[in-house]
Amino acid sequence: MRHLLPLLPAVPLLGAGLLVAGGRHVPRPAAEAFGSLVSATTAALAVVLLLNSSPPLVEWVGDWFPGNGGSVGIVVTGDGASLGMAALVSLLTLAALAYSWYYFDEPPRGHAGSYPALMLLFQGGMCGFAIAGDLFNAFVFFELMGVAAYALTGYRIDEAKAVQGGLSFALVNSLGAYFMLMGVALLYARTGELAMARIGHGLDQAAGQHGPDALTLAGFVLFLTGLLVKAAAVPFQFWLPDAHAVAPTPVCMLLSGVMVELGVYGVWRVYGTVFSGPGGIPAADFTRALVVLGVLTGAVGAVMCWYQRHIKRLLAFSTIGHTGLFLVGIGVLKAEADDGTALYLLGHAGVKAALFACAGILLDRYGSVDEFSLHGRARRLRLVGAMFAIGGLALAGLPPFGTGLGKAVAEEAVGGPLTVLYVAVSALTGAAVLRVAARVFLGLGPQPEEHRGEERDEDKTSGSGEEPETRQRLDKVPHTMRAVPAVLLLAALAVGAVPGFAGVVGHAVDEAGSWGGFSSVEWTATGVLLDLLSTLLAVGLAAVAVTRPQLLGAPGWALPLRRLQSGHVGDYVAWLLVGTALLGALALPGVLG
Amino acid sequence: MHVLPYLVATYVLLVGCYGLATSRNLIHAVGCLAVCQSATYVLLLAVGYRDGGTAPVFSDVRPGSRPVVDPVVQALTLTDIVVGATVTALLLALTVQISKRHGTVDPDELRELRG
Repeated sequence: MRHLLPLLPAVPLLGAGLLVAGGRHVPRPAAEAFGSLVSATTAALAVVLLLNSSPPLVEWVGDWFPGNGGSVGIVVTGDGASLGMAALVSLLTLAALAYSWYYFDEPPRGHAGSYPALMLLFQGGMCGFAIAGDLFNAFVFFELMGVAAYALTGYRIDEAKAVQGGLSFALVNSLGAYFMLMGVALLYARTGELAMARIGHGLDQAAGQHGPDALTLAGFVLFLTGLLVKAAAVPFQFWLPDAHAVAPTPVCMLLSGVMVELGVYGVWRVYGTVFSGPGGIPAADFTRALVVLGVLTGAVGAVMCWYQRHIKRLLAFSTIGHTGLFLVGIGVLKAEADDGTALYLLGHAGVKAALFACAGILLDRYGSVDEFSLHGRARRLRLVGAMFAIGGLALAGLPPFGTGLGKAVAEEAVGGPLTVLYVAVSALTGAAVLRVAARVFLGLGPQPEEHRGEERDEDKTSGSGEEPETRQRLDKVPHTMRAVPAVLLLAALAVGAVPGFAGVVGHAVDEAGSWGGFSSVEWTATGVLLDLLSTLLAVGLAAVAVTRPQLLGAPGWALPLRRLQSGHVGDYVAWLLVGTALLGALALPGVLG
Repeated sequence: MHVLPYLVATYVLLVGCYGLATSRNLIHAVGCLAVCQSATYVLLLAVGYRDGGTAPVFSDVRPGSRPVVDPVVQALTLTDIVVGATVTALLLALTVQISKRHGTVDPDELRELRG
């Protein structure tokens, strides 16, 4: 079974190659059907491997087993967490390909295969990153998924904003990847190994009784910078809203649903296998760094989300807010928090992809994703409106959605004041979505005014006057575009509601993690009450915002925060350096002590 | 151990980042990103260097007769160069398209996405 592991990235990459080579001779439906078939095959393979992943599979590609003195081979690991991510990636790619069946202008003659090929390349890169067991291949697949994502973001090359957002995305993420490679080089210099588990042993042996030194810290900080750029942690997050606002909707489903979360997964994997030993970074320092960054990320994401009127940007900022919660969840280093975060991540992927799918329907039907100008115009799209509202409630943590269960389990594990952060971030992001649903699909409340307070025109991205992404403006919403968000919402519901599923996920994560024990994952009374509290808060906030907009208008202190999102790529690079220094400062005490 | 190559790698990385942060032209910015990447080449090759070592090609060197530099980092560097070429090509293609659609490649004038 373990010999099948390398096929997970290989099958989509091969499919992409065939599509590029043969795509010019086949009509568009054939090319897209082939792309979906390859994607589905990979998904099936990932699920089959996942079902057989206990005990975890380890494959040294080409049987280059580590010999005397060191290892030179490529190692891939297939445990519950890595194969679970690969399965999530593949299923979500399949959903995005199904959603885009009636999507986009007719491609130029002879290029029918380019869009499905890029999607497969993206899928292959993400699957490869999920199962990579050595640091260098993690970097290579990190860049591969990055390059596919940049190209997909700028896919509509005639759109001025799309190419601009794609370029900021590419510059910031590639720079992050080079920081990551510097970290790999430093760790290789210390240990002479590239496989993650063996670097962990090497660090412990080299450190002896002294504990970590400056070189280990530098390797840790540099490697984590790359992953946190991908995970859009504050202050590395600036690229994300720009990219998500301009990328085609099916691509947004993947970017927000799973690519950003792969950054969080990478942090979890690398800390657990490389840095958690006595020669790595002490647990207290890791917790300090991740909890501080996670709290900042959650707060900034939720506040910025609330003040958006561009619906896709609003959803992008809510992803940032939830990423903050995931970082806190893995940062506290508890088995239950890891399990909760994994469930939260699964539920969030379904809900967020469904919300983007609904936003895409608005864009293609009305040529706008501006909350203000769409006020009351989408009354006839009842089903889409209902799905959008349910998505908002699920984002706020309504039981029994997977988001609610994951949030409840993680909340209970982190405990203390951090519980407030979980409730606040989920309530605020859910409320923003519900507010949009009430205004756009029901036409409730007064039509919002164009300008409020000191806000200047250049402080915001409105989202009106966007070009639809489909061939022409849609008069009737195709069945696939309605079915995909419905299926995704049902899947998010199933994560929390199917009895026993949560236990299976928890078991898989515990087995893949470094805790040694197994924790139980189930609904508790406190968890349900906290979930209901955040849902009620979200409904209340949305109701106040719709009926009395002036009460919750943008206050003065939120404007500087919004002006930081300046759209200037040089600023983003400067913030990246600030973030690296901050991460180093937060992890420093363990090395000094 | 020689400290100089490590200092050079750090300097090249930081000078590339400075260029990126202050760039007034996107083509220049893409070049700066390539400079940042060069820092990774320098660092990788410095890590694998052995005093008095020769190239790890055993056609005319008997194995064990003299030290050779680490071939693993050289393989990493080559892979890294391939990755870098892909990224640079894609970035320049996007820059061409930005120039066509916006009529400028100055990041200071490309500020539609904000807030």
